[in-house]
Amino acid sequence: MNGIHDMGGMQDMGPVQYEKNEPVFHARWESRVFAMMIATGAWRKWNLDAFRHTREVLPPAEYLETGYYEQWFSGLRDLLVRRGLVTAAEIESGVPAPDAVKAAPPLTADMIPAALTNRISANRNVLVPPRFKVGQRIRARNINPTGHTRLPRYARGKIGTVHLDHGVFVFPDTNAHFLGENPQHVYSVRFAARELWGEQAAPQDTVYVDMWDDYLEPA
Amino acid sequence: MTTNRRDFLAGSLSAAGAAMTPSAPHAHEHQHEHDHQAVPSDATLRVKALESLLVEKGLVDRTALDALVDTYENKIGPRNGARVVARAWVDPAYKARLLADATSAIAELGYVSKQGDRMVALENTPKVHNVIVCTLCSCYPWQVLGLPPVWYKSAPYRSRVVIDPRGVLREFGLELTEDVEVRVWDSTAELRYLVLPERPAGTENLTEEQLAGLVTRDAMVGVAKVAPHRAGGKA
Repeated sequence: MNGIHDMGGMQDMGPVQYEKNEPVFHARWESRVFAMMIATGAWRKWNLDAFRHTREVLPPAEYLETGYYEQWFSGLRDLLVRRGLVTAAEIESGVPAPDAVKAAPPLTADMIPAALTNRISANRNVLVPPRFKVGQRIRARNINPTGHTRLPRYARGKIGTVHLDHGVFVFPDTNAHFLGENPQHVYSVRFAARELWGEQAAPQDTVYVDMWDDYLEPA
Repeated sequence: MTTNRRDFLAGSLSAAGAAMTPSAPHAHEHQHEHDHQAVPSDATLRVKALESLLVEKGLVDRTALDALVDTYENKIGPRNGARVVARAWVDPAYKARLLADATSAIAELGYVSKQGDRMVALENTPKVHNVIVCTLCSCYPWQVLGLPPVWYKSAPYRSRVVIDPRGVLREFGLELTEDVEVRVWDSTAELRYLVLPERPAGTENLTEEQLAGLVTRDAMVGVAKVAPHRAGGKA
């Protein structure tokens, strides 16, 4: 989706606001939203791509105005209802439905260190042949999907070189919409800064973008 | 069940993410005092209400939430990455393994398993300066740096560092000469990048632990260099 989240290359966002000695969370509620997102993720009712997409579909003005963990909170409520862990009526009433059976949380405190070092990976150990080779010149396809994609606008149609083959990963464009993992190779693709931005970029500078097979075509 | 909880949950649903507090990220000015908690905010109450609902339904365990927060506030942070960098500086064989297969090399120090996100280490040299970003959201190497700071997730950094990396780095106080190649790494997939900064001159006699003490989060993102002495200033 050509949304506001795809902001690489925009120039009107102002200076970087740096906070010295920044705390991990700026309010306790932020930390609770963070923890609830991780803990409910253990139900495996959604994936990281689906979560990312909940932020992308926020109206653009809201995306820019709301804080990061507010967006997480909005996405969490959306996923909980859409994926059937909580009903809209329960959100509305604030209490479990009278006939709700109490579940057993899949993530408990004693599992936290293990859970953290064993995050579900998007990497897949399946044999899928790569469509491109390291060193090959490629063009990022000029596509404009209306759903989730990880192909940033600034790279579309641009010519680059395959720098590394990272192996096989789930494909976000389908995975985010629960349409299958569609595993395929991911590459680091190197673009000359001038290919992306023209003469104003320094001639020696480069931008590396991670790209799936389906984002690329031979050049 | 209080009226408050009902109202706030319903409100949060109908507002569908409308600003919960007046303090959007843009309000986090330099040196901003974070005293939002003096009076329970709208956000505090809404989030509490959802947590209570999830606990009552048995969907989450409250002590697990506490443990998750404790982990990211106190256990996982840039000190982990700093130990990786210091090890690479003192142990050439480790550095070679880190650059060849960062996931395994970082797992050696116990910070990430091979089942976690794939890691890639990027070596800064006098001729190459690497800097990482996630233009599309907020991807960041949690296992070695903890959770990202607000500026890393913010529109100014995400939008500008790919098109004007030298200008953005200048705002961080880092001026790079023209003979340096700037490489910007946009984390669009599930690869997570860690910049291996240059070891500063004059640190030959420091221990690995003292070296780790010099390595900053910003240097491992690539928006700063490591100074030979731990100075005050940016984190």
